[in-house]
Amino acid sequence: MKKLTALLMIAAFALTCVGCGAGKGDDAKSEGVMTYEEYVAADLDTEVVIETYVQAKQSWWENQATVYTQDKDGGYFLYNMACSEEDYAKLTPGTKIKVTGYKAEWSGEVEIIDATFEIEDGNYVAKAEDVTSLLGSEDLIKHQNKFVSFKGMTVEAAGQDADGNDVAFLYSWDGSGQDGDDLYFNVSLNGSTYTFTVESYLCDNTTDVYNAVKGLNIGDKVDMEGFLYWYEGANPHITSVTVK
Amino acid sequence: MLKRTMTRLCLAVLTAGMISALTGCHGREGLSAFEIPEKMDTSGEYEITFWAKNDTNKTQTAIYEQAIADFEELYPNITVNLRLYTDYGKIYNDVITNITTGTTPNVCITYPDHIATYLTGSNLVVPLEELFVDDRYGLGGSEVRFDAPSKEEIIPQFLEECSFGGHYYAVPYMRSTEACYINKTYVEALGYTLPDALTWDFIWEVSEAAMEQDAEGTFLLNGQKVMIPFIYKSTDNMMIQMLKQKGAGYSTEDGELLLFNDTTGELLETIAKHAQSGAFSTFKISSYPANFLNAGQCVFAIDSTAGATWMGTDAPLCDISEDKIVEFETQVMPIPQFDVQNPQMISQGPSVCIFNKEDTQEVLASWLFVQYLLSNDVQIAYAETEGYVPVTTKAQESSAYQDYLSRCGEDNEQYYDIKIKASELLLQNVAHTFVTPVFNGSTSLRDASGQLIENTVKSVRRNETIDDAYFEELYSDMISLHRLDQLAGLRDTASSEKADLGKLPQTSVILLLSLAGAWMMIICFLIVRMVKKKREL
Repeated sequence: MKKLTALLMIAAFALTCVGCGAGKGDDAKSEGVMTYEEYVAADLDTEVVIETYVQAKQSWWENQATVYTQDKDGGYFLYNMACSEEDYAKLTPGTKIKVTGYKAEWSGEVEIIDATFEIEDGNYVAKAEDVTSLLGSEDLIKHQNKFVSFKGMTVEAAGQDADGNDVAFLYSWDGSGQDGDDLYFNVSLNGSTYTFTVESYLCDNTTDVYNAVKGLNIGDKVDMEGFLYWYEGANPHITSVTVK
Repeated sequence: MLKRTMTRLCLAVLTAGMISALTGCHGREGLSAFEIPEKMDTSGEYEITFWAKNDTNKTQTAIYEQAIADFEELYPNITVNLRLYTDYGKIYNDVITNITTGTTPNVCITYPDHIATYLTGSNLVVPLEELFVDDRYGLGGSEVRFDAPSKEEIIPQFLEECSFGGHYYAVPYMRSTEACYINKTYVEALGYTLPDALTWDFIWEVSEAAMEQDAEGTFLLNGQKVMIPFIYKSTDNMMIQMLKQKGAGYSTEDGELLLFNDTTGELLETIAKHAQSGAFSTFKISSYPANFLNAGQCVFAIDSTAGATWMGTDAPLCDISEDKIVEFETQVMPIPQFDVQNPQMISQGPSVCIFNKEDTQEVLASWLFVQYLLSNDVQIAYAETEGYVPVTTKAQESSAYQDYLSRCGEDNEQYYDIKIKASELLLQNVAHTFVTPVFNGSTSLRDASGQLIENTVKSVRRNETIDDAYFEELYSDMISLHRLDQLAGLRDTASSEKADLGKLPQTSVILLLSLAGAWMMIICFLIVRMVKKKREL
C-alpha cells in the first residue's frame, strides 16, 4: 500500500511538473534561440531569434500581423510581422512561435520588426502581473510588452466635452475621434495621474473593455489588465476593466 | 411546339445572360453616368455619408461638425453623417473594400492618386465639370443657398491637381506642402548661419557636424545620449521632390515608370552615407520628427506644413512630457533644394470626391455639401487649425483670413507663429509647387519610392553592404512587392475610366467558347430541322 501510495505520489508530482511546464512556457530554448536576457542585451538593429507565446493579436493587414507575445521571462511586441491570413488565424492565445526579425525601437517601444515566424509545439498563456506599485518608477519599463495588471486606481477627468463638462474618457487622445476610435482615459494612484488607452485595433468597440471604459465615471475605483505598451512613456493598452 | 420553342428561347436567354454576366463581372460596376436632375427634390429626405480626415485635432473635428450643422440648417431635408479618419491610407482601404459591396460613402476626403484606383468601377466617381458650371446648382449657382465660390475663385493650380483623364474627379479642400522646421539655436551653436534658401548640402553638412560626441557617447551639441540631426517624416515625398529637383524621372503622365534610374541610385547612396553616421533617420524608423525636435534631439525636422502646431518649444500640441521639452528658437523654411534658383516642392492636402449613386438627388445633395466645404466659413476656419491654406481666392483674400495672418505670434494657440509662418510659406510658393502624375497604380509607385529610402536606411543600420548589387535587388524587390510590373495593363484606367484588365482567364475563355459552341450546335440543329420540315412540305 505504501509502495502504491509512493508511486501515485511520484506520478502526480511528475504530472504536476509537466503541467507547470506547459503553463509557464518551456524554459529551454531551442538551439540558436535567444533567452529573454540575451534579447534585452542585444543591440538595436541586430537580428534576433526568439521563441515566445502569442498572448493577443492586434491587427492583420496585407499579410502583416502585429502581435503581443510573451515567454515566462518577458514580453515581445511583434510589429508588422510577415503573416498570411491563414496563419494569422492559427495564432490563438498560447500558441508557441519561433520568430526571426530585427530589434528596433520606436518612441521608446522596443519591438521586433521585419520578422518571420514558424509555429512550434507548446502553449503558454501568461497571467497578468501586478505592476501597480511600479507606476512612475524606472523599473516599470522592465515589464514592457508584458501582460500586466493595475489595481485600485481612481478614474480622473480625461478632458471636457463641448459644453465644458469633465468627462471620464476621450475618443482619440484629444477628443477629436468618435466611437470606434482609440479610447483614452486617466487613472490616478497616490496623487499621480497616468493615461491609459483602449487600442481600437486590439479591442474594438464591440468588446467588453471598450464598452466598460465608455461606462466609467470620474471617481470610480478600478482594476485593470492589459499590455504594457510604450509611447514616449508608459501607455498601457488595456484589455479589461473592473469597477470595484 | 410552343413548349420546345420556349425551352430554346430560355436556353438562348440564359446563355446570353451568362456571357453577359461573365463579361460584366470582369471589373465592371453597373451604375449609370450621373446626370444633373432638373430640379432639386426638397420634399424628400436624403441622408449622405461623409468620410473625413482630420489630423487628430479636435478643432478640426468641431469644424466638420459645425459645417454639417450649418449645412443641415440650410437644407433641412439633407442629413450628413460624419465618419472620421486620421489616415488617408485607411480611408483608401475602406473605400476599396466598400466598392466591392456597393457601400461607398457619398462624399469622401481623398488624394487624387487614390481616386485613380476608384475609377476601375464604371461611373463610380462623379465627374464634376458639368456640376461646376450648372446655372442653378453649380459653383455659386442661382439655387445654391449659401455664398459659394465660383469656379474661377478656386486656385487654378489646386483645381488642376484634381483633373485627370479629361475630367475633374474632385475639388481641392485644403492645401499644404512640406516645410523644414529648424532648431536655429543649434545651427548657430555649431557655427553656421541659416542661408536664405536651404540646400541639401547645407543640411547634410550641419547634420554631420551635430554628430560630434564625447568619450562617453554624449552629444556635444545637446548634452544628451540621443541626437538624430535630420529626420524626414514622409520619405515618399523626399524621394519624389529630390528627383523633381534633379530633373530626373519618376513617372510620365500616362503612367510609364521612371523611378528606377541612375539619379535614384545616387540619391540613395548619399542618404545611405548619412544614415551610416546616424545623422539621418525617418519617421517610420525612429518616430515623429516633432518629438525629437522638441526634445532637443533633432536639428532639421521635415514634415507637412499641416503638422506645424506640433513643432517648437511652445507648440500647442505635443506628445512628449513637459520635462523633456528644450528651449530653442524655431525657424520654418521651405524644404532643401538642389537648385535654389528653381525651387520645387510638393503640393499636397485633402481633396474631396463624390461617389455616384442610383438616386441622382442623393448625388446632388452630396455636391451641394461639397460646395459648402468650399465656402469661406469652412475654408478659413479649417485652414486656421494647421499650416494649411484655403483653396479659394475668395477665402484667401477675405478680410477675416488676412486678419488671421497679420496676427502671427499673438499667442501660442490660434495665432501660433510657426503655424502661420508655415501657411505663409506655401502662400508665397504656390508657383513652385508640383504634383506627381495620377494614374491607376500611382499610389503603388509613391509607396515604392518611399520604401526605397526606408529599406536603404534600415539596411545601413543593420550593417548590410550597400552597393550596385544591393540596389539592383532593392529595385527588383520594390517592383515585385508593389506589383509595379503589373501596372502597364492598368495604366489607361484614369484616362478612359474603363480598366483594361488584360486577357480573360483561361477558364473563362474555355467556358465562353463552350457556350458559344453549344449555341452554334443548337442553331445548326434548328436550321437542319427547318430544312427537313420544308422538304417534307
